[in-house]
Amino acid sequence: MKCDFCSENATVFLTQLVEGVVKKVCLCEACAQERGVTDPTGFSLADLLLGGTNFQAMQPGNQPSKKNSVKACPTCGFTIESLKQIRRFGCGDCYQIFGTEVTQMLRGMHQGTTHQGKAPAGQVARQYRQQRIDDLSRKLETAIAEESYEEAAAIRDQMRELDQTATH
Amino acid sequence: MMRFSTLIKHPADWMMTGHGGEQSAVLTSRIRLARNIRGHHFPGWAKPKQRCETLRVLLPAVENLSVMKDGFAQELCSLSSIQKQILVERHLISREHAARGEGSAAVIERRQSLSLMINEEDHLRMQAIRPGLQLTAAFQSLSAVDSELENQLDYAFDPTLGYLTTCPTNIGTGLRASSMLHLPALELTSQLEQVLQAVNKIGLAVRGIYGEGTESLGHLFQISNQSTLGESEEYIIQRLERVIKQVARHEANAREKLLDDRPQFIADKIGRAYGILRHCHIMESKEALTLLSLVRLGGSIGIFPKETTALCDALFMEIQPAHLQWSTARALCADERDALRAEIIRARLHSLESPHISHIAPEEKPSNSDHPSSHE
Repeated sequence: MKCDFCSENATVFLTQLVEGVVKKVCLCEACAQERGVTDPTGFSLADLLLGGTNFQAMQPGNQPSKKNSVKACPTCGFTIESLKQIRRFGCGDCYQIFGTEVTQMLRGMHQGTTHQGKAPAGQVARQYRQQRIDDLSRKLETAIAEESYEEAAAIRDQMRELDQTATH
Repeated sequence: MMRFSTLIKHPADWMMTGHGGEQSAVLTSRIRLARNIRGHHFPGWAKPKQRCETLRVLLPAVENLSVMKDGFAQELCSLSSIQKQILVERHLISREHAARGEGSAAVIERRQSLSLMINEEDHLRMQAIRPGLQLTAAFQSLSAVDSELENQLDYAFDPTLGYLTTCPTNIGTGLRASSMLHLPALELTSQLEQVLQAVNKIGLAVRGIYGEGTESLGHLFQISNQSTLGESEEYIIQRLERVIKQVARHEANAREKLLDDRPQFIADKIGRAYGILRHCHIMESKEALTLLSLVRLGGSIGIFPKETTALCDALFMEIQPAHLQWSTARALCADERDALRAEIIRARLHSLESPHISHIAPEEKPSNSDHPSSHE
């Protein structure tokens, strides 16, 4: 059996239930070390599969170099090496990009691993509103293209309403 | 806009201490929140130009806050090193922030109970300070400011990880709650180490007066939370407040015990401190803090009038290097500072009468039920 991350022989096999589906990961000694899969009880396959790490890109064949490939944050260019060295991040997006490392770093650092406190409610509402406006303007274009003016007028009213709530 | 000299002419609201009771050991409460802007490089990783860009986004939003009306706002590179040092001594900006140049700014509310640092370790570090043990009140006021900002700014926020910060030790709530405690009696009864270790063991941090990596001076300690992820702000604050109350109670007990068991010892310590401070002509900052700490203790256990604690708290601030140099409007060498410090202390303590040492001597008062510290 080959390692899922490089083409070495796999020696570590993990099976876990992730969101009701049985997932299996095979790793070689080095990749297991690198990804912190040394303590199976503290390791969540979900983090590896669903966390920021792009699992598909790490499949053999899709991965040009085997190990120690320089991963950098596409937003800010911060590298995984810098992260390991200074234990700080380059921008907010790094937390997604270096998901696996984040999980490792946060282990034991805080009382928990999931945020329990305040959330920027206004910001979330604003983003949701923007999404609605984008959706509606797409529908509006379609409606106009299809000459369904009655529908277009209704959509425009909805957009006006959203605009008004935004200014409040 | 407020000028620097106007800002610091008056002591900060939170410096008006001198409250009594069981929590007289708690000088101030501070709440800090760390926030960053989505899509912008964190200050430590950003190039100067990018930092300035972040400042351009942040500064108008921060200056337009309703609480910042008539407040103080300056880029750090437009302040002199003495001015920056004064802000550090007043706990309005951090040492780390003072060391930063281009793209960093400080925005301070006129009563100095609220300050925002732009481009410190995070894009935004905001803090609220209150006198005494008022962590919840400080948090509520700061959280309102945070909510007001969030209406205009896009924070780097993740539903699972919370507010994203440069250092993962601040992630989640981005909250650092801390109180400054004055613990001379615990030190004098050799219980300090033990108490602080216990505080450490339950996951709270103990630091000197200027935060991380600073030594403790004048028996002053900051106790703060370390964990920021996995617990709500309210929970973190409640837990911290409980521990701070316990430490303050230990200090109160140690004060009573000193008065009961070793009245001469404590009278001697405080009397000597008073004597030196009243008659010194050269006074180093470190020694001054240690001696003032003892006089302050005298104020809280009834050897000096009650107002003495507030007098000492004001002096703690006034005799620090940058404050001294600001008062003379010129740079002073260390020797000149020590002479000026002694002069100020002598002047401030001039009206403070000799301690009522007899007050606590055992033969005069066989029962200890009359000294003020037992009124709780």
